[in-house]
Amino acid sequence: MSGKVYPIPGGLHPPEHKTESNAKAIIVAPLSAHYVVPLRQHIGQPARALVKAGDSVLKGQMIGAPEGRISAAVHAPTSGRVVAVEARPVAHPSGLPDQCVVIEADGKDTAADMQPIAWRDLPPGELHQRLVNMGLAGQGGAVFPSHVKLATGGTPIETLILNGAECEPWITCDDRLMRERATEIMQGAEIMRHALGAKRILVGIEDNKPEAAQAMQSACEQLKLAAEVTAVPTRYPSGGAKQLTQLLTGLETPSGKISTDIGIQVFNVATAYALQRAVELGEPMLTRVVTITGHVAGPCNIEARLGTPIDELIRLAGGDLAETSGHVIGGPMMGFDLDDTASPLVKSVNCIIAKNQELFPPHPPAMPCIRCGQCALVCPAVLQPFELYWHAKSKNFAKARAYKLFDCIECGCCSHVCPSHIPLVDFYRFAKSEIAADDRAKLAAEGARQRHEFQLLRQEREKKEKAERLGKKASERLDTGAVAADDPEAERKKAILEAAIERARQAKEAVHAKNTESLTPDQQHQIDEIEARRQAAPQDSEQQA
Amino acid sequence: MIGSPFILKEHTSVRFTMIKVMAALVPGTLAYAWYFGPGIWISLVWCSLLGIGFEAVALVIRGRPLQPALTDGSVLLTAWLLALSIPTLAPWWLYMTGMFFAVVVAKHLYGGLGQNLFNPAMVGYAALIISFPVFMTQWAAPTTLANIVPNLSDAFDLVFVGGSITPDAYTSATVLDSLKTATRGGHTVLDAFAQPIHGLIAGKGMELVAIMYLFGGLFMISNRLITWHIPVAFLAAIALTAGVLQGLDPAHHAGPLFHMMAGGSMLGAFFIATDPVTACTTPRGKLIFAGLAGFLTVIIRTFGGYPDGVAFSILILNTAAPFIDAFSQPRVFGHAKGVK
Repeated sequence: MSGKVYPIPGGLHPPEHKTESNAKAIIVAPLSAHYVVPLRQHIGQPARALVKAGDSVLKGQMIGAPEGRISAAVHAPTSGRVVAVEARPVAHPSGLPDQCVVIEADGKDTAADMQPIAWRDLPPGELHQRLVNMGLAGQGGAVFPSHVKLATGGTPIETLILNGAECEPWITCDDRLMRERATEIMQGAEIMRHALGAKRILVGIEDNKPEAAQAMQSACEQLKLAAEVTAVPTRYPSGGAKQLTQLLTGLETPSGKISTDIGIQVFNVATAYALQRAVELGEPMLTRVVTITGHVAGPCNIEARLGTPIDELIRLAGGDLAETSGHVIGGPMMGFDLDDTASPLVKSVNCIIAKNQELFPPHPPAMPCIRCGQCALVCPAVLQPFELYWHAKSKNFAKARAYKLFDCIECGCCSHVCPSHIPLVDFYRFAKSEIAADDRAKLAAEGARQRHEFQLLRQEREKKEKAERLGKKASERLDTGAVAADDPEAERKKAILEAAIERARQAKEAVHAKNTESLTPDQQHQIDEIEARRQAAPQDSEQQA
Repeated sequence: MIGSPFILKEHTSVRFTMIKVMAALVPGTLAYAWYFGPGIWISLVWCSLLGIGFEAVALVIRGRPLQPALTDGSVLLTAWLLALSIPTLAPWWLYMTGMFFAVVVAKHLYGGLGQNLFNPAMVGYAALIISFPVFMTQWAAPTTLANIVPNLSDAFDLVFVGGSITPDAYTSATVLDSLKTATRGGHTVLDAFAQPIHGLIAGKGMELVAIMYLFGGLFMISNRLITWHIPVAFLAAIALTAGVLQGLDPAHHAGPLFHMMAGGSMLGAFFIATDPVTACTTPRGKLIFAGLAGFLTVIIRTFGGYPDGVAFSILILNTAAPFIDAFSQPRVFGHAKGVK
């Protein structure tokens, strides 16, 4: 059943820790008493709140509308009353709170009207317009709004890749979803293929999930799809979009581009599942499957509504065991520390790992880099991580950029193997953010400079125009004899007007000569020389100067 | 800071890396002790003690904590490599001078572990061969050739007290020395090879030590401590250069196999040139670096004033390593070929 697998650079195989959570079927979380739904659960602009405290909402009702092109809607996970729209702690690396709609469930779970989409009748390239308000965002981790990815734009899409690699240790939510709901996933994939106008579907699954691969293969056969399920070697980070693309097609996505540019679109299997529900049932993205594992009593996968407080999910998994030292959101290679377990489940959260000292021992202190090159051997981007570290540490950002810092995908392989225990990726994140801040500051300064120069230019032009206007008006009045000879006031007015003309003339000259006031004799001498040369030079060279 | 990755590879540390390299040196060292007597243990222990002492002093002067640096194993590896590179049974101060240059000058004056431009053991070696050339030619003779084989207590006396035995009784020239003497004196390679010090391919005893270094090196490659690039390029360049010279004038030039097995070729190929701090790090850079070092090794042996050229060729190429690296960067994922 397996298609051809192409070699990719780098990668490694950390302890998998999949068996802790992949044996049990997905548990459906019961209704919670309240839900906290962040307006920003995706890459791009946060959604605009459509409700305020006191409003009643129905399950599936849009409570946040997409704002701008790259944005996604958010929906009420159940029926109830909005208690607040306020900043709450969320699962984000920054640890900063974010705007959330807090909903108190009424327990009835009354659903809003949901209409399936007749997708087969829609020509490719139009389905995405029907999905704008469905709140779909990639569930693999990047949470890019899916309707944007389904709008084919310019480049035709030849191949749709379904990402079921799930290469990070501990995480098994995609594994379980593929085992249990392969048909729905492949239906979703077929809708995607239709929307993109793609010719074929490739499914990539790491070979440590034979059951999932088998289920997906059966679903393809059952649905008679032009799809190929391929087992790829279990080697992190096979699930990176560019990595899986190369594994399955042999094509290398150019630096700074996305796979779309080479006619390939990549979606996570869970996103295909969510899309299937959105199209076939008319249900916006309300739930996701999340792995709760690590140092908990009963590691498992839970299908929970978005907005469910994470501590409730941990309780469903039997709760934290004694001496739990914290929680990781995402996998151990690329995840981040969760600050507050009251934070809600959001579209990007595929895994919650309870940590303890044994499973996640503290990192030993860093030693000097000995340039052993272990990092370069595992780097999937074929970078020289120790050189990047060297330049990032010495804040030599131009060099770091020249050594292709921005091709780093922050997969963590280099830090993982470093015998000196140097937190290499932290240095790259630091350098990247410093460079980005620097670039923003440069852009801002350039903008300010241009505005300032334009302002000066405009002021001078206006002054000049005004002076010319006044001067012209005054001389007109003099010429037409508007000032009568016998007028006792005439002499005085004429004097005033002449003075005005004189002032205008002076102002006109002053416009050019502002920076030539109070010169030293030396400078004046230089200017005189330049003026002399300029007089001597031909006319058109003056134009160029 | 995000903090990920949260998991680090197990059994991975600078110390463990150094220990594995030292483990790879064990077969060669055992063979050395077997063929040349137990003197090597005296110089090995003495160099190690000196190394730790000098490193501790250097750390104190630099105001750095002693603990991680002293126990990372790097200074022991330097001591081991220097002890294998210079004659055993030399006076104690010779080792002291060598270790001083290796640890204090080459390592800590440049900023300590990871900062040194030159391979510390080779700096120590070079300082000694320039300053004390006579002592550096008095290599312990293979036990089968020596009139007297000093035992451990004799060796201790020779190093620290200066025993009553004359060096002629237990030392001999190396094959590279005898080759140089013969060809300089108008004799042919075959005359040199007729000397008793010559074994099957190169130096008696030394050729077997070299094979043990080769095994140790293969262990390091299979353990991913080093890649194949440097040893292969180094030995290939030695073979090629020696082959060309022999082809031009077979009477006065030894062949590829001799040069690969004689002197410090094997030790240099697997343990010295591969020092990651001072060598090139890109795949292409490693090939260029080691290729040029191998070429220079034979050129220095053949036309230079010193019998062996491994140390000097590697030290010379150390200076070029950053430059070679800068111009041999591999193609980064997603970047077109040849575009900077």
